[in-house]
Amino acid sequence: MEQFLKDPSIYTLARGPLVWIAFLVFFVGIFYRIWEVVKLAKKERIIYPYLSLKYTLRSITHWLIPYASISMRRHPWFTIITFVFHICLIFTPIFLLAHIELWYESWKIRWWSLPQSIADVMTLTVILCAILLLIRRVIQPDVRFLSTKGDYFALIITVLPFITGFLAHYELLLDYKIMLLIHFISGEIMLILIPFTRLSHMFLFWLIRAHTGSEFGAVRRSRDY
Amino acid sequence: MFGKISFNRKQVTDIGIDKTLETISQEDIKKAIERVLKKEASARLKVFVETCMRCGMCTNSCHHYLGHEGDPTYAPAAKVKQTIWDILSKKGNVSKEDIKKYARIAFTECNLCRRCVQFCPFGIDIAYLISLVRRICCLIGVVPQYIYDQVLSHMQTTNMLWFRQDEWLDTIQWLEDELRTEIKNGKIPVGKKDAEVLYLAHGLEAKYMTGLLINMAKIMNVAKIDWTVPDTDGWDYTVKALYAQDLETIGKVIRTHYETALRLNVKRIVIGECGHAFRTAIYEGVRYLGWKEPPIPYIHGVQFFYELIRDGKIKIAKKIKEPVTIQDPCNIVRYRGMGKMLRYIVRELCENIVEMTPKDDHNYCCSAGGGMIDAGPPWKSARIEGGKVKAEQIRDTGAKIVIAPCHTCHKGIEDLNDYYKLGVHVKFLLDIIVEVMEIPEEMRA
Ligand code: SF4
Ligand code: SF4
Ligand code: SF4
Repeated sequence: MEQFLKDPSIYTLARGPLVWIAFLVFFVGIFYRIWEVVKLAKKERIIYPYLSLKYTLRSITHWLIPYASISMRRHPWFTIITFVFHICLIFTPIFLLAHIELWYESWKIRWWSLPQSIADVMTLTVILCAILLLIRRVIQPDVRFLSTKGDYFALIITVLPFITGFLAHYELLLDYKIMLLIHFISGEIMLILIPFTRLSHMFLFWLIRAHTGSEFGAVRRSRDY
Repeated sequence: MFGKISFNRKQVTDIGIDKTLETISQEDIKKAIERVLKKEASARLKVFVETCMRCGMCTNSCHHYLGHEGDPTYAPAAKVKQTIWDILSKKGNVSKEDIKKYARIAFTECNLCRRCVQFCPFGIDIAYLISLVRRICCLIGVVPQYIYDQVLSHMQTTNMLWFRQDEWLDTIQWLEDELRTEIKNGKIPVGKKDAEVLYLAHGLEAKYMTGLLINMAKIMNVAKIDWTVPDTDGWDYTVKALYAQDLETIGKVIRTHYETALRLNVKRIVIGECGHAFRTAIYEGVRYLGWKEPPIPYIHGVQFFYELIRDGKIKIAKKIKEPVTIQDPCNIVRYRGMGKMLRYIVRELCENIVEMTPKDDHNYCCSAGGGMIDAGPPWKSARIEGGKVKAEQIRDTGAKIVIAPCHTCHKGIEDLNDYYKLGVHVKFLLDIIVEVMEIPEEMRA
């Protein structure tokens, strides 16, 4: 196994073609899933006639601003944890210097990057939040009752690239190259799985909020937040 | 803390569920599931099921969960897990025992009040998913007997209590006589063409609650409204088929209402204080019939009274002094934002208003709606238990009167009042308006 992981061709594969395949599957997958839902929604007849841009935006804003909904105010801790978790989850990989350098190597493009110390804090925050979410899933009875293997799996898949990335950077636990390889592969798995697992809430969120926001605002004249 | 969570319920017998299950075949179940989950439902079902992150944000929004000391099987998403997710994971191969459990959850543990939707970060419409479960049960014929009987009545007579057309006309006649003992020359015009308003009544107003119809007639006469009631079937605005998710009967009833209005060429339809009828007439019904909006305005009692008071058509002689509180019926507040109008009316009628918390469109459902009261005596304790928060909310206000502008809330809260000994009177707006409005001397009999 160790021999296999140290094989330079595996490394090149994970650093090269697999990254592109992962991104391709990620984008095409998302596009396909949205297209599929949009097409299905036509069949339902009652979705499109009632859509309203104003109330879609009202709905989305109230759910993107911390504590702008009654539900978030009722769940102060969960809200702060999930907000911090999502913000760090999305921004750290995009603005991480090491990632940008890879983009530069391949495509000669670069953009603003996070100072390493902040990136580290954000990475550790993702890991910490994931642990808290995991604990919550296990000990809070209503959430545990709802949870299936897929939910634990989704959480682990999400946090694995962060753990391995951090360990690789500081050359902890395993040999740098091996850890980096695991990091690449876990990141690629995550990207590939987003469109096809519960992680698809990343883009389905906007679609449902458009429907529910419009129903509540334009038709029911009440709040959905 | 890590114990197994399971679905534990007291045994309840309902012949509409238990007896029907004895007569149906596995094939019937399969067919109904296929039809509802594969043909009728599509995007919403798929997206709602896939997106739910099992986060539990919706859990404590539901009065049933709160009424059962945090039993996780009563949480909104848990009800979906134990029904829709279960059907999907079994690929439609479910047993009769399963159907029995689904029916119990869908008909007697959810009021379709949609409060949980307001609490879900994704806006997943749990009430819609639960109504799909009801739809499946309905197609198999597994529906609480008390609901089913009313639906059958609607199918045949368009009203909820097997009333024949001539019984309706007789009733109106003697009610008009009765009205004239109080209002000089009081009239209940029947089948009058070109009137301003077509008034539809609650089924019970023709039999057990005739006082309400008389009170409405008083208001119409005092406010000098050009009004009429139907001279044909279709006078009853209730649509109990909504509870069973019998879409075909919903369509039939709502079509009859609008056709009656168009035949009589009235300007608008006005109904009394009823939540589900209003909601069906402006949502489920019109959508089923393929219209985006009602073909002519369909006005709820709250809107109607609001206009009458705002425009000075009725004058208030004295205000109620005792502390009152307001029940916001989900079907007109969360479903149609009438909270402000309702409060305007109550402020005009009463001096001392003590609000419940939360209120308006965040209010808790009374636990009687969405068919739970119509499921009848076998399921009474289910709604009493689910109504615990509502009872506490009311008790906390210290009010002596609860104004409930919805037939179902009204009866539901009366039952909560008895059980939890709240010591309140539950009233319709109509009762209070008639109590406090000015009746000009020359109109008095
Ligand atoms: S009763 Fe209301 S809050 Fe509870 S699950 Fe049903 S729709 Fe949601
Ligand atoms: S709040 Fe929404 S996403 Fe969370 S468990 Fe409830 S239905 Fe699922
Ligand atoms: S009975 Fe009243 S509170 Fe209860 S569901 Fe209907 S409208 Fe809502």
